[in-house]
Amino acid sequence: MPEVRANSLEEVREAVRTYPRLRPKGGGSKPALSTPKDGETLLDLSGLRGILEYAPEEFVFTAYAGTPLKEIEETLRAHGQYLPFHPPLVEQGATLGGTVAAGLSGPMRERFGGLRDFILGVRFVDGEGRVVRGGGKVVKNAAGFPFHRLMVGSLGAFGVMVELSFKVFPYPRATRSLKVGFAKAEEALAALEGLRTLPLDLLALDLVPPATLEIRLGGFPESLEKRIQRLQDLLQREGEVLREDEAHWEGVKNLAFLKESPIWVKVPSRPDLIPLLEGLPLGPRRYLAGGELLYAGLDPEGLQALRERAIPHLVLRGKADQPLYPPPPEAFFAPIKRALDPKGRFPLG
Amino acid sequence: MGFLEELRALFPPGRLLTKEAELAPYESDALTAYRKRPLAVVLPERKEEVVEAVRLCYRHGVPFVARGSGTSLSGGSLPVEGGLVIALNRMNRILRLDPKARIAVVEPGVVNLEVSRQAAPFGLYYAPDPSSQPISTIGGNVAFNSGGAHCLKYGMTAGHVLALEVVTPQGEVVRLGGEGLESVGPDLHGFFVGTEGLLGVALEITLRLLPKPEAYHTLLAAYESLEAAGNAVSQVIRSGLLPGAMEIMDRLAIEAAEAAVKAGYPRVEALLIVELEGPKEEVEEEAKLLAQVIKESRALEVRIAQSEAQRQAIWKGRKAAFSAVGRLSPDYIVQDGVVPRSRLGEALKEIGRLSQEYGLRVANVFHAGDGNLHPLVLYDGKKPGELERAEELAGEILKLCVRLGGSLTGEHGIGVEKKEYMPKMFAPEDLLAMERVKEALDSKGLANRGKVLPGHGQGPHLGEVHA
Ligand SMILES: Cc1cc2nc3c(=O)[nH]c(=O)nc-3n(C[C@H](O)[C@H](O)[C@H](O)COP(=O)(O)OP(=O)(O)OC[C@H]3O[C@@H](n4cnc5c(N)ncnc54)[C@H](O)[C@@H]3O)c2cc1C
Ligand SMILES: Cc1cc2nc3c(=O)[nH]c(=O)nc-3n(C[C@H](O)[C@H](O)[C@H](O)COP(=O)(O)OP(=O)(O)OC[C@H]3O[C@@H](n4cnc5c(N)ncnc54)[C@H](O)[C@@H]3O)c2cc1C
Repeated sequence: MPEVRANSLEEVREAVRTYPRLRPKGGGSKPALSTPKDGETLLDLSGLRGILEYAPEEFVFTAYAGTPLKEIEETLRAHGQYLPFHPPLVEQGATLGGTVAAGLSGPMRERFGGLRDFILGVRFVDGEGRVVRGGGKVVKNAAGFPFHRLMVGSLGAFGVMVELSFKVFPYPRATRSLKVGFAKAEEALAALEGLRTLPLDLLALDLVPPATLEIRLGGFPESLEKRIQRLQDLLQREGEVLREDEAHWEGVKNLAFLKESPIWVKVPSRPDLIPLLEGLPLGPRRYLAGGELLYAGLDPEGLQALRERAIPHLVLRGKADQPLYPPPPEAFFAPIKRALDPKGRFPLG
Repeated sequence: MGFLEELRALFPPGRLLTKEAELAPYESDALTAYRKRPLAVVLPERKEEVVEAVRLCYRHGVPFVARGSGTSLSGGSLPVEGGLVIALNRMNRILRLDPKARIAVVEPGVVNLEVSRQAAPFGLYYAPDPSSQPISTIGGNVAFNSGGAHCLKYGMTAGHVLALEVVTPQGEVVRLGGEGLESVGPDLHGFFVGTEGLLGVALEITLRLLPKPEAYHTLLAAYESLEAAGNAVSQVIRSGLLPGAMEIMDRLAIEAAEAAVKAGYPRVEALLIVELEGPKEEVEEEAKLLAQVIKESRALEVRIAQSEAQRQAIWKGRKAAFSAVGRLSPDYIVQDGVVPRSRLGEALKEIGRLSQEYGLRVANVFHAGDGNLHPLVLYDGKKPGELERAEELAGEILKLCVRLGGSLTGEHGIGVEKKEYMPKMFAPEDLLAMERVKEALDSKGLANRGKVLPGHGQGPHLGEVHA
């Protein structure tokens, strides 16, 4: 397999000008997306790493796209901060660029929002080898076309991301979790729907099929007891309270529940879609963020079921001819693609 | 058939305006220093009519500008001379409000505040709250990625738009995004938000609604200097609190607010408003920490709202501040720029110096939590040369923001007003990429021609000037 490494902005530009078709790879944690197809050269960006700027008081950092999330999370944590969109696969070596390109958020996106809500700026190399910047390095900015948002979920279609800037927040002082089982799936779903519309400021609200809710709260230790109590009253169930819940949610975030599955997918779900999804032959799975985000492990039959029902999804790992379904809407996507990658060097050509 | 005849076939007489007197209200937006006479204005009532109008423009090569309520402060909805204005105010229906899904599907002419009003019975609201929210439309908010006082915590409009139906400048209708918070594939709806109407017209918008916070804790603190108020903001941030809003007003802005709405503010050099919100148990604890931080910040006076009425009273003066400045000066320019929060003090000091140098008063009202400055440059348009001086001063402030590592605009957009400053913030290759995208989607350059991208279209010329 032809492969080239780029450890600097100049080397990325050089690679883009030299090879007709490129497939960027961060660390390869989502191999369905980062494994080159016939005729593509692998562009290994794992050397393009390091945090460039971080001012904790500004709630902003800028890092090279190939920086492992683990390094970023550790640095933020040392200053009591975190990535509120809670990206998955950190332990498996996911990079900042790969996470943006795949458009992935984790369980705690429930509280403040997903990746799209926290990305502030990008510097990327387009298909002509030009360096383009979009957005900025401040938490608020409305100048120019927001190329940074275009990168989210793009699978690298418009260019190779080199630098990314993000907004971050203070990590909760303390956390607690509540695990509540229900007799029937419908009851669990009804409880989930009820909680979604209440001002409870949950850090995470997961539905674990068939009928368990896992809820995480963050805040002052003094208030958490009362808030857990209120949840128990609302749900009319004691459930199980986790006082030490960090390890549990780290496992969820790293999608540990998918481990044995040959195919991993992300499915944008919604509570009203859950009954339909639950009728399909899906493997281990969990609905995150109030039911809005499903990560599921599948075998080929499950993947086929998603296709047949025309349910949008993205394959992260495992064999798939077309990891992204459906393809982006042509009338808007194609002109932008043509503008930034006229020679079709990058994926989604 | 000519363009106008074809328009007449599409729109009945009352919804196609061509007479001088009818066109006058559409000649400018809230940046009234700029005026342009359009060829015609159409008032569509259904999205199909918008699509037909755009297709007609494409066939005849006539430039068009979509318009909401015309409250843009950067000349965003300024017509193109001889072009068409597509005024969307009549498309003001909330098509669907689904509390379970926490979404509202709206037409572009729906007024921002109306969404929250309709969502209120379900305990939900629409979070982005520009001060213009009683009049500005969701379509305009989408085009400008509008913000408000609560951006640090909840983000700007882009984060609250889940899907868009758009007609491209070449007349194709596309749906971007979906009804949930997550999607797969490039975030095209996120990209459309903030492109100021250059890439098409939003026909239908799916908005995310949030549960209305259970409890608020709103505090007003008075300081003997802007610097002291700014330091208090840094201390709040360092304490690990994440308030919903942090706003600062200086003496001149306080005076204006008092003159206009008698907010009952203390007459001091600087006021800081901090608002905490969330579940009541959490807000109680946060309030204790905030009290301690504010005490250490040596505030001259502290008021805490004990009721919703008192909370509204604290906000009243702040929300009215822009228009209130009209009480102090015949004319003024509302500037909008961003600096990194830690450089607010430096920026304000420099603005003070510039104000002295130019001999013009500058009132400061700003979103301190996210470093978004709103200096109001006061001038008298009847005095020869004052407008030009005011514009120059406002321009100096923008350059200062960029120099300090910030942005040309936090929320009011580039429009025509700031397009010549774009090269200060963006490199030629950045601008070229924007131009190429624009050209690929709009080969004839019809949608909002002459905005955002520098050196494009005819430069705006100053017309009649008043605030
Ligand atoms: C301790 C450890 C354990 C590991 N265990 C495993 C394991 O069990 N299984 C395994 O497969 N790997 C494992 N790895 C390797 C690891 O998965 C990769 O280092 C990591 O996955 C990086 O992938 P990524 O998340 O950055 O996304 P990738 O999978 O590299 O890429 C995802 C998508 O983003 C695109 N993309 C990536 N970067 C850019 C960019 N800068 N610009 C534009 N597009 C871009 C890609 O083209 C692709 O479409 C391990 C690594 C470590 C350190
Ligand atoms: C007193 C006052 C206070 C303000 N406070 C704030 C504030 O706190 N925060 C803030 O962000 N802004 C503020 N603004 C600026 C302004 O209100 C916002 O920019 C608002 O979003 C404009 O909405 P509008 O409906 O008036 O749009 P218009 O002014 O009519 O149009 C604005 C832009 O949007 C485009 N547009 C309109 N509809 C569509 C559509 N359907 N599809 C595509 N493009 C479209 C227009 O072409 C134009 O470029 C304030 C303005 C005033 C006058």
